[in-house]
Amino acid sequence: MKTATFKVWQGNSDGGELETYEVEVDQGYVVLDAIHRIQAEQANDLAVRWNCKAGKCGSCSAEVNGSPKLMCMTRVDELPADKPITVEPMRTFPVVKDLVTDVSWNYEVKASIKRFSPKTADHEDGSWSMDQYDVERPQEFRKCIECFLCQDVCHVLRDHQLHDRFAGPRHYVYVANMEMNPIDTGDRVAELREELGIGYCNITKCCTKVCPEGITITDNAIIPLKERVVDQSYDPLARLIKLVKGTGD
Amino acid sequence: MTQHQVLEYDVIVIGAGGAGLRAAIEAATKGASVGLICKSLLGKAHTVMAEGGVAAALANVDDRDSWKVHFADTMRGGHYLNAWRMAELHAKEAPERVRELEGWGALMDRTPDGLINQRNFGGHAYPRLAHVGDRTGLEMIRTLQDHGIHEGIDVHMEVTVSKLLMDGGRCAGALAYDRELGRFKVFKAKAVVMATGGIGRAFLVTSNSWEYTGDGHALAYQAGAELVDMEFVQFHPTGMVWPPSVRGILVTEGVRGEGGILKNSEGRRFMFDDIPPLYKESTADTPEEGWRYVIGDREARRPPELLTRDHVARKIVKEVQEGRGSPHGGAFLDIAWIQEHIKDSEDHIKKKLPSMYHQFKELAGIDITKEPMEVGPTTHYAMGGIRVDPDSQMSTTVPGLFAAGECAAGLHGANRLGGNSLSDLLVFGKRAGGYAAEFSAENTPVHLQDEQIDLAVHEALSPLERDPGADVGPYRLQYELQQLMQDKAGIAREEGGLAEALDELQQLKTRAQAMGVGGSREYNPGWHTVLDLQNLLTVAEAVVMASDARKESRGAHSRLDYLDKDPEWGTVNLVLKKGHDGEMELRREGISEIPKELRKIIEEQG
Ligand SMILES: Cc1cc2nc3c(=O)[nH]c(=O)nc-3n(C[C@H](O)[C@H](O)[C@H](O)COP(=O)(O)OP(=O)(O)OC[C@H]3O[C@@H](n4cnc5c(N)ncnc54)[C@H](O)[C@@H]3O)c2cc1C
Ligand code: SF4
Ligand code: SF4
Ligand code: FES
Repeated sequence: MKTATFKVWQGNSDGGELETYEVEVDQGYVVLDAIHRIQAEQANDLAVRWNCKAGKCGSCSAEVNGSPKLMCMTRVDELPADKPITVEPMRTFPVVKDLVTDVSWNYEVKASIKRFSPKTADHEDGSWSMDQYDVERPQEFRKCIECFLCQDVCHVLRDHQLHDRFAGPRHYVYVANMEMNPIDTGDRVAELREELGIGYCNITKCCTKVCPEGITITDNAIIPLKERVVDQSYDPLARLIKLVKGTGD
Repeated sequence: MTQHQVLEYDVIVIGAGGAGLRAAIEAATKGASVGLICKSLLGKAHTVMAEGGVAAALANVDDRDSWKVHFADTMRGGHYLNAWRMAELHAKEAPERVRELEGWGALMDRTPDGLINQRNFGGHAYPRLAHVGDRTGLEMIRTLQDHGIHEGIDVHMEVTVSKLLMDGGRCAGALAYDRELGRFKVFKAKAVVMATGGIGRAFLVTSNSWEYTGDGHALAYQAGAELVDMEFVQFHPTGMVWPPSVRGILVTEGVRGEGGILKNSEGRRFMFDDIPPLYKESTADTPEEGWRYVIGDREARRPPELLTRDHVARKIVKEVQEGRGSPHGGAFLDIAWIQEHIKDSEDHIKKKLPSMYHQFKELAGIDITKEPMEVGPTTHYAMGGIRVDPDSQMSTTVPGLFAAGECAAGLHGANRLGGNSLSDLLVFGKRAGGYAAEFSAENTPVHLQDEQIDLAVHEALSPLERDPGADVGPYRLQYELQQLMQDKAGIAREEGGLAEALDELQQLKTRAQAMGVGGSREYNPGWHTVLDLQNLLTVAEAVVMASDARKESRGAHSRLDYLDKDPEWGTVNLVLKKGHDGEMELRREGISEIPKELRKIIEEQG
């Protein structure tokens, strides 16, 4: 069996450092397997989040060799074998312990966003008719597993720490999902411009690059939302149309 | 007195998967103050992993479907050990529960007419599973989460309940600790809904996450609740088998629903070889007929790959045992073959099964649009659980304690049909939450004694106070337990092995009780694992005792020494309860008689 050298950040809000571990790696090992092995054999109290181990829950986000990744979907044999593999917590959020960060801010932001509100049902049984074609656009955004890797990489949060006025790519994806839902009547454009601060995004597309679900965050969510903001800000008519459309049919 | 925060609610819900969220929403809608507690972050519960779909007789794809057919399918799939009243309520209410989700923001895949689309699944007579590609669970949990956060529910994330608190015989709350700092919280509540999910971590090869340590089962049992059907543990026929690090991860039944076939090393489609009498009439005779079924020919009967999970799992094991398995001890599951019938099969597969495509590509280096997958059985689902009143979901023995979702029992009998869990969560989550709110409105406030709390805190802290050096550590001990259950209480059981398992469990229990861990109370998974182990050992004991007692093979329970179904066992449930001396007691209980109208439905549906 092969071994690999891992450098794992350990510590808490008071500080910490990279600890070095030699780990046996089985065939097909992902980084999370190695972390579990360290936990079982060398550091029982090593803190890490995970649930599904199949890229479905978005719990195991970390920075592997400096890039934001899901540990459960990152194969060890695809990382350079000649140097140690570093595993660190997401930098954009405060550390709780070791690889675990405090992501509660994301939950607060989401709760502040105007909720989904459907138009009246099309059918007596309370259901709506929707075309597959119309549904597919928002379905892309609904693939989001809330791993917050896009939040981690976005410079507005990571470097400028504008958490108080910028909701971050995850939440633009969330808003886009509702705005493009064929039966939603809510209007979140003013909110996007003000509280959610979409104007701070300068379309670097870093978020799209790290999204493990392959959501085209910038092109498909952020840019169309920015367009809506522009339309509404400069075009009161567009706003009126949306309002009328929202209440009707 | 110990230090702890006290929080008071009308209703607390333990678990924030589909069942817990649905219960919390309902209780809040009914005007109760609600605290929702979960071990992980919100939105990460097991429900997020569900793939194939949610079963409901919407009849959008085949208008012959109705609640009656769904009811009969569920009963047949459960080998008639199901609580028939739950099966009835479930079949009747599931369509409305699914439709309601779209009003909360869910977007299911559509039929050409713009209605919710439905797919085929094992044991369901018609296409019945509403779905979103193969990420239905994500759609469901996110919808409930995003709706729930606006309903005035207090969410306590990364908080683990370690004990139920009682006021006399009545359930009155729970003691919990937060993962972050290990601080204790006392939740005082007039009604408690248990929605903690399953027990899969008791076995080595499993599709379940670290959370599935049977906490709800064990905590309720310790508080005096009855457990039922614990011998029925579902081994899903198709888990990944290679590479070792992914062993057990689920391959959705949706692959077979979309036309995937099973083959052995000789290339033979062995599922055609022996078809159980109960399903002879409804199964295709030829591969050609099977394919016609997949593409929606109403005259065709379903391919044998879509027989119930217990049967498919056993057939795969048989092929492996007889030397016709795949290189790593499974069978081949082939969806790529549909290229014979579908021109752009590659795109089709990627669209219908995107996360399976991704999962195999990333984790096994296999392109499922071109090559077959290797699959084998994996521990998946607990049919057994807390015994409840079918209508209200209140425990049969502990007033004020409700249960819903995978930790409750009854709906599925000896074997669960795919898709019937997600619908179970919605139907009975709502019921449990609603009845819990009513119960809290009708009953007096509870009183908690300090001694009870102090004792529970002391129990929870004791592993940190013991010397960690003495034994193999919590993870290895858990591993030993998993190996034991896998070998001796797994997919094929027999007297000798079960008796040994019972003995060995006692030894593991002693060791777990003496286990110490290093580190502090701050986010210390080693400590959490020791506490989880106590629950895991309790449910393991329940599984072994019930498996030993049921001297027949039925549904998910297979005995090598009693290979056949025994009609005498066909009307009996096994009930477990903590005895006065603290030992686990088992008794047989006859199933209540099915009313005439329901019996008639079963007969008519064949
Ligand atoms: C990979 C996979 C695919 C599946 N696919 C399907 C499918 O297609 N269709 C279908 O119908 N079913 C499917 N199932 C089954 C179904 O997903 C589960 O049975 C169901 O989601 C269980 O939901 P639940 O609400 O009961 O529990 P869960 O969703 O597991 O939630 C349990 C909750 O309890 C919490 N909890 C547990 N213990 C404690 C404690 N001590 N203190 C505090 N909180 C606690 C957890 O944190 C979690 O929030 C699948 C299962 C798996 C594993
Ligand atoms: S595109 Fe916008 S949201 Fe995405 S990383 Fe760049 S600045 Fe942040
Ligand atoms: S949009 Fe992508 S990267 Fe961002 S949280 Fe969702 S899944 Fe993760
Ligand atoms: S553990 Fe779920 S995404 Fe990695």
